[in-house]
Formats: sequence, structure tokens, C-alpha cells
Amino acid sequence: MRFTKLLTIVLVGVGLLGMFGTVLADDLSGQLEIFSWWAGDEGPALQALIDIYNAQHPGVNLINATVTGGSGVNAKAVLKTRMLGGNPPDSFQVHAGQELIGTWVKADRMEDLTSLFQQEGWTDVFPAGLIKLLSTDAGIWSVPVNIHRSNVMWYISANLVQWGVQAPNTWADFLAIAPQLQAQGIIPLALATNWTANHLWESVALGVLGPEKWQDLWDGTLSFTSPEAVAVWDMFGKILQYTNDDAASLSWQQATDMVVNGKAAFNVMGDWAAGYMSTTLGLTPGVDYAWSASAGTQGVFMMLSDSFGLPKGAPDRDNAIAWLEILGSKAGSDAFNPLKGSISARTDSDLSLYNAYSQSAAHDWQNDIVAGSLAHGVVANEGFMNDFATVMEMFLTSRDPQQAANACDAIARQNGIGE
Amino acid sequence: MTTKITWARVLLYATLITVAAVYVMPIYMTVITALKNPADINLDTAWQVPPHLNWGSFSQAYDKLGPNIMNSVILAVTATILSSMLGSLNGYVFSKWQFKGNDIVFTLVLFGMFIPYQIILIPLFQTLRRIHMYGGLPGLILAHVVYGLPITTLIFRNFYAQIPSSLTESAQIDGAGFFKLYLSVIFPLSIPGFVVTFIWQFTQIWNEFLWGITLTKYSANPITVGLAQLAGGQAVSWNLPMAGSIIAAIPVLLIYILMGRYFIRGLLAGSVKG
Amino acid sequence: MRSPARTESANRFSREGALAAPSLFSIQYRTHNALKEVKVRLTRDRIIAFSVLLPSLILIAVFVYGFIGQTVYISLTDWGKGAALAVNPQMHLIGFDNYKELFTSFLHGRFRQDLINAFFYTVSLVLGSLALGLFLAILLDREPRGEGIFRTIFLYPMSLSFIVTGTIWRWLLAPEGGVNVLPSFIGLPAGQFRWISSREQILTFDWQSIPAITAIVVSLVLIFLAVRTWRKGTHKRALIVAFPALLLILWAVFGQRMVPQMLPIPERHGFNLATIGVSIAAIWQFSGYTMALYLAGLRGVPVGLHEAARLDGATEIQYYMRVAFPILKPITLSAVIILAHISLKMFALIFAMAGPDNAATDHPAVLMYLTTFRGNKFALGASIAVILFLLVALFIIPYLISSYREQRRRAS
Repeated sequence: MRFTKLLTIVLVGVGLLGMFGTVLADDLSGQLEIFSWWAGDEGPALQALIDIYNAQHPGVNLINATVTGGSGVNAKAVLKTRMLGGNPPDSFQVHAGQELIGTWVKADRMEDLTSLFQQEGWTDVFPAGLIKLLSTDAGIWSVPVNIHRSNVMWYISANLVQWGVQAPNTWADFLAIAPQLQAQGIIPLALATNWTANHLWESVALGVLGPEKWQDLWDGTLSFTSPEAVAVWDMFGKILQYTNDDAASLSWQQATDMVVNGKAAFNVMGDWAAGYMSTTLGLTPGVDYAWSASAGTQGVFMMLSDSFGLPKGAPDRDNAIAWLEILGSKAGSDAFNPLKGSISARTDSDLSLYNAYSQSAAHDWQNDIVAGSLAHGVVANEGFMNDFATVMEMFLTSRDPQQAANACDAIARQNGIGE
Repeated sequence: MTTKITWARVLLYATLITVAAVYVMPIYMTVITALKNPADINLDTAWQVPPHLNWGSFSQAYDKLGPNIMNSVILAVTATILSSMLGSLNGYVFSKWQFKGNDIVFTLVLFGMFIPYQIILIPLFQTLRRIHMYGGLPGLILAHVVYGLPITTLIFRNFYAQIPSSLTESAQIDGAGFFKLYLSVIFPLSIPGFVVTFIWQFTQIWNEFLWGITLTKYSANPITVGLAQLAGGQAVSWNLPMAGSIIAAIPVLLIYILMGRYFIRGLLAGSVKG
Repeated sequence: MRSPARTESANRFSREGALAAPSLFSIQYRTHNALKEVKVRLTRDRIIAFSVLLPSLILIAVFVYGFIGQTVYISLTDWGKGAALAVNPQMHLIGFDNYKELFTSFLHGRFRQDLINAFFYTVSLVLGSLALGLFLAILLDREPRGEGIFRTIFLYPMSLSFIVTGTIWRWLLAPEGGVNVLPSFIGLPAGQFRWISSREQILTFDWQSIPAITAIVVSLVLIFLAVRTWRKGTHKRALIVAFPALLLILWAVFGQRMVPQMLPIPERHGFNLATIGVSIAAIWQFSGYTMALYLAGLRGVPVGLHEAARLDGATEIQYYMRVAFPILKPITLSAVIILAHISLKMFALIFAMAGPDNAATDHPAVLMYLTTFRGNKFALGASIAVILFLLVALFIIPYLISSYREQRRRAS
């Protein structure tokens, strides 16, 4: 009797130990192919995430398939070729918002992540405005890895003092001080190749329209040929007069260089410029360079977000879901964002890990109104953005606001904006 | 024979040196940029020699590009040899063997040279997947061989058209069949033709980017893809891609330096005639 | 006894010999058999030849013509309006609507300018490479010292990838830091041309006037031919050629109102100065190839010819113009083919140099890539690709026809 009891205890104990061990031991194996366009300076940030994944799931062979070049067009070409050919990667990088929804969700190629969001508690930790931009009626579609801000204006305070101007609060203010700067041989606003013009346009539009009317444009409530929308192009044309005329051949870094070198006064660029100035140029945020919300957009955070989704038919679905869990986790985002120069989408991130700029950005993220970027795929689908680049080129040559507004209206209709 | 030092001669050398300087200018720019530290690279100092030479760019670039170089070597050598051999056989058939519609068929083959590669990207991908050749070097080799057929066939057909038919006829009378004729008469004379196709195809295949990136998975990426990775990202430190392009260009450059003379001889030997 | 061989040849060439030779039947039988044997071998070899060729033909049929067919089919659908990337995308045949849209919708002005750009790119690349290549070949033909070094320097740009070339030249042509800065090193003011940032356009014309321009160009060609025919003496034929030329000119000048408007509003197009920068990079890369071709050609001129010309008192210039250039004509044709093939590949160069959205330097191949892979408009992209292909075909087919005719002539 005592022996049987002992045996039972031993067997149960071994059984429990076995179960416990099984739970501890990772049962994920096979491979995981993640597809992104991060390389070069952005590589270390992605590697940090990969390291976390490899530590948690040593049985999985993680393949980091990056495709760089061509401002992301090459990555899109490869991704779309693979998806059309029935060979999806396990997870791929995509800008959160309409770039994902208009292309992949509409084509029914992505899995709904609502249950994952609820399981991980992300619905409480991400701002509501962000989740709204990530979703449709049918679900939530991607996990944001980071948040970048688009509407930032960069300048060197000491230079502004030297030239006798101040950072403008509205675009009208900018137009007032620009001639003064030009008279001193300074370029008031540095601009680079075509997409930076799109980037500038959305800041101008946000400044002229305000966040509600900006969102109305994309909901279809406000027409592109309405007086307000035409006024955006009008203002944009006026601002362009004060930019450098060799813009088309410059990279965005070279435009930032112009500000750093004192050749230009202001530059409107996303906050990856902070990463460039801090890391590559070795400048100290707040000391060597300064920033403010671009004119007319104080209190509004125009966001863009790199995110990963789960394609239907992913060969290693469980491994992919584990990847998504890490991306949205506190540990993941605290490892990734300081290296990338962006901020976390989570409102509970450890701000001590970030530099002065990122801390100020995170503060704004938690308090400002969230608006979505156009140039970086949040509010409009890819068809519209592709055509918009052509409209912008048209405008850069003709400088005709009405023509540009009409063209925008036509392409919005063609691409189903607001439907 | 000593040439007199005339005004004409001086002018000749002056012109040649000036033009050569213009040609070398881009290489100068590449080399000095590769040797700069990332923070020193900007427009203002673009032409200036860097104060400290950053040889680290090359070792860094080589570390990242190493596996890609191997892939490119395998790809370029295999595909070049295959497409040249096939081109030689095809050119032999087109030039020496008359059959009905010979010229029309040749024209149709030649036309294949003029498709922009973007058109066939998606169907090519889908076809390679269907025959299970997507992702590795064999699929990429197949693509390059197929699309290299028109030009190698053209080069060899023009080349073999120069071989007098008396040579082939006498061999035929002696009893040589198709293959014997090729091996005993045509092939030994083909060396200049092969030089031209080798150089042309090797260059084209080594430098091709779009298929390299679409049709291969990570482990099989050729060097052009590796270069793009160096130049990717939002904040590029330009010394790395510049160093990388120098490294990538070295094998082909060597071929040109060593075989340049034979290239010209090959062109001379008949592939030039339209 | 006469040897059979001699009798056989005698048989072949004289009927008298045939009548007179003994055992005629057996000899003829042997000859007939020998010839038949050769003929059988020849036929069998021809079959072998064709079957050696067959795999290549099949591969080309599938990978070239099959894919072109698929692209043409796609261009006739509406793939791209709606869920383009679904597993089974919805595609409805809509006929030529995509093509109509490309040529008449005001949203596609960029495409129309791209066509003009493509024309100028091809012309600049071909003319520039031929001219520079010929010039360098003539220089090297004078046998300077260090010819090998010069030759390698001129040839090496060919070894670079277009992406590398594009990146380097983008730096070189940056208006504030590249070649514009060079004059300042010798005390001259810096260059002001904006290179690929330039938005200037010369030779502008309205798209609506293209039929008129085409008519005038065609009539000029006809007049040229008419003058040549007249000089040859066949006056009647010259008049027949000149007559339609006159009609075309009259129509171009007076009859434009009869032509329906292609576009709702006038649209200016022209030669974008920004393309000059790209063309320079392309010519830099490929003039080495044409130089090698021409050098080979010049070296191929029979040695005695140059000496003979010199002895006859011809100057060097006369030698080149009258003797060498005519010999180089077939080389020019061959080079044009290769360069046309390359001008299609300029996509990578333009992409690397000017980026995806620089309208001034744009090319239909770039637009096709963006439309397809960035805008998800697969059918529209396919139509652009088909138009591009047809343009190249238009350019190549006359060459192929003339080469085909020359083959025929040589064979007969």
C-alpha cells in the first residue's frame, strides 16, 4: 500500500515535471521569413528585434529577407511578385494604414489580428486614434513597430538668432520672414527630391486645413476641388518660391545638411532627420539643433508607422504570430525604437532610453491629436499615392493650384478615396 | 619607326589625355568618397581628397558582400558559358544550314532582345515557381541563358557568316556530318566569337539587378542585390556603397583589362558586320 | 581501262563522253548512288541542325512570345481597379480602353512626355555613342603610345552596372557640388545649369500638332528621295514621289481643323534639358563599345588601302571620309541594334540617377514599373509596356527587313 502510494506520488510528480518542462521548452521550430526594406543604418534596430526572437525561440531559423533601394519600390515589386505567385513571406513590413488596407486587406490577403490585440492587451496600450487608422470594420490588420512623426520643422537656433528671425508659428509667418532670409543669401526652406515635396505638402495641408478637415479629405467628406483644398495648393505654391531650385537632385539628407551648414533656415522632414543628425552627424538634440511642429500644426501629431502583418497562407503561421507578439511588446519596442530613432506606439514605453528629441516626441504622441500621413501611406491607398506623385510633378512645373486640385479630385475618384 | 613630333601629334595626345581625364573623373569621385568617413561626405567637399583615408570602408563592404560575390561568380560563369555554347550552336545552324524560313525564324529570335525586362517579371516568376526553380541560382541562370540567346546567336551568326563556305563544303564532301563539321571546322575558329560573347554576357549578367532581387531568396542573392542593401536605408553612409561598387566592379574590370585586346580582335573577326 | 573517276567526271560534263563510255549504266548508277548518299546525309544533317535549334526556339517561344502574349492580354483587361492583389484577381476584358486613356486622359500627360523623352534618349544615346566612339577610334587608329591604356580607360565604363553609374553621375551632376564646381578650380565662375533638377524645356510643341509634325517630317523624307531619284535621271518617278509630299505639306499647313482633337486642352511637350545629364552618363558608359567596334573596323581596312590612298595624294581627312567610312557602314548598323537594346535598359540608370519621380527625366519603362508595382495598376502598366515594345519594334523592324533582304541578296 505504501509502495503504491509512493509510486503514485513519483509518477504524478514526474508527470507534472514533464508537463511543466514541456511548457517551458519552446515548441516552435522550422523557419520564419520576415520581409522588410530596412538596411544600412536601420539594420541594427531590426537586428535587436531578431535577437529577442532568437533568444525566445531558438528552434526557429529566422531569415531576414530585406530588399532595399528605389525608395521602397523594389521591395514592393518583389513582395507583389511573390504574393501574386503564391509565395508569401511569413510576415512583411508595410506602412500601417491605407497602404496596407487598400492593397492587401481589400484583396483579402491578410488575417485579422483583433484577437491578438486583445490577448496582448494592445487595445489599452496603443492610442485609440492609432488603432482607428489600423482598422477597418472587419478588424485590425497590422502590429505597429514604431511611430514616426511627419510634421516636424528643423532649424539651428543659433543661426536663426543670427539672421534675426524666429521659427514661424503659421505659414503666413513663414512667408513674412522668408524675403528677409533671402535677402541675406539664405534659402528659407530646404527641399529635396520629389517625395520630400509630397512630405512638405502634407504639412502645409495640415497647417492650412487643420486635423478635422484633413481627415475629411480622406473620408470623402471634403472635396479636393473645394476652396479650402485649392487654398492648400495656393499656399504651397507660395512656399515653393522660397525653396532651393536644385531640389530634384538632392537626397533628403543633403537638404538637412543645408540647414546644418547654415545654407538654409528650415527643413520640414520626418523625425528620421533627428536620427541622421544625432547618429551620423554626431549632433546633440536640443543643443546643436532644434525643432518645432511644422507651421500651423502645433498640437497635432501627423504619424506614420512601420508595421508587420500576417498574410493568409503564411508558411510558418505560428512562428509569425510569435514574431508579431514580440513586435508589439514592451521589451521589443524598447529595444527597437531607441536604435531606430523613432518612438514606440505604446503609451507605456520607458522614456529614459530615448534622447531629448524622442522624449519630446513621445510626450506629444500621448497628448496631441493624431493625424495620418499621406506621403507615407496612412490615409490613402497606393494607387492614389502613385498618381499623386505625378500630380505633384505637374504642379512643380506648372504651379497652377486649380489644375492640381482638379487633378487630385480626378485621381481620388479613380482610386476610390472615401468610398 | 619614330613618328615626328608634329603639331598634329601633340594635339592628338592632348585630346586623348583630356578625354581620358573626363572618363576617369567618375572613378576618382567614387574612390575618394569610398575613402571618406561617413560624417565627411557632403556636397561641399565632394571633390576634395579626404584628410584621413578610411580603408575600413573596403573591409566593411567586403564583409557584407562576400557571400554575394560567390553567388555572382557562379551565376555569371555558368550562365555565360551556357548561353555562349548555345549561341554558338544556334549561330552555326542559322549561318550554315539553310532550311525554309531560316531568316524569318532568326528575325523572330532576334526580336527577343528587345523586351524590357519589366514586362516579363511577373510571368517569369510564376513560370519559375511552377517548375520549382524559384529562389535559387539555377532559376536565375535559366532566365539569363534564355534571354541571352538572341544576342549570342546574333554575334555567332554574324561571325560564322564570315567563314567561307568552301571550308565547310570541302569538309562535307569528306564526309563530315553536322556535329563533325562543327567540331572540326567551326569550333576551332570560334575563339574570337567566344571572347566577344563571354565579355558581353559576363558583364550583362554580373550587373543585372531586377531579376537578381526578384527571383532569388536571400542566400542566393547576387552582388548587385548586396550593393543595393549597402545603399539602402534612410541614412546612407555613402562610403560603403562606393567601396562596394568598386569591389563589385573589380572582376569585370579585370576581364576588360586582360581581354580587352582580344575583345577588339574578336569584334574585328567578323561579329561586327551587320 | 579508263579509271572510273575520270569516266565519272567525263560523264558529268560531256554528253558525248556519256554516249561513248563503256558500262555506262553501272557508272551512272554508282554516281547516282554517291550523290543520293550525300543528299540523304545532308537531309539527315538538316534535321539534326533543326533539332539542335529547336530547344532554343521553344524557350524563346515560351519566355518571349508567350510572356508578351500574356502581357498584351493583361493590357486589355481592367486588372488594377479593385482588389488587384487577390489570390484570384478580378480581370474583365475592356478592350483598348487602357490605351485610349493613356493617350487622351489629362492625367497621363506624364506618359505622353515620357514618349517624347524616350525618343530623345534613344536618339542621343545612338548618335552620341556613335559619334564619340568613332572619334575615339580614329584617334586610337593613329597608334599613339600607350594605346592599350587609353583603350582600357575608354572601355572600362561598360563594366559597371547601370545602378553604379547612375549613383556616381548623380553625384557628379549635383548642381551645387559636382561638375558645376570644376570651373571654379581654374578661376572661372561656377556652372549654373541645374542638370537633372532642371525643369527647362526647349523645342516645345503642342501635343495636338503631332499629326502635322509627322506629316512634315514624312514629306521632307519624300522630297529628299524625290531629289535623289531626279538626279538619277528617272524624272517621272521623282514626280510621283514628290506629289504626296506636296499634299502632306498642304494638309499640315491648312488642314489641321479637319483632325479631331486628341486632348481637351492644349498640352505642351518638348525636349527636357534634364535628360541631357542622363544621356551624358549613358554615352559615357557605352561609347567605349562603339569605339571598340569602329577600331576593329578601321583595323580591318586592308593595309594597302591606307598606303595607296596616301600615295595618291589624299589627305588624312579625305582618306577617312572617302575610304574608311563607307567600310564602316555595316558596323554602324550593328552598333545601332545594340544601342537600341541598351536604351531600353536605361531604366536602371534613370532610376538610380533621378529617382522614381523626376518627371523631367522620366521614361516609359520607369513609369511602367511604378504604375505596376507601386500603384497596383497592372493592366495600365501592361499597356505602357506594350506601347514601349511596339516603339522598339518600329525602330528595329526596318533594320531587320533590310538585313533580311541583304541576306537574301548574299545567298543568291
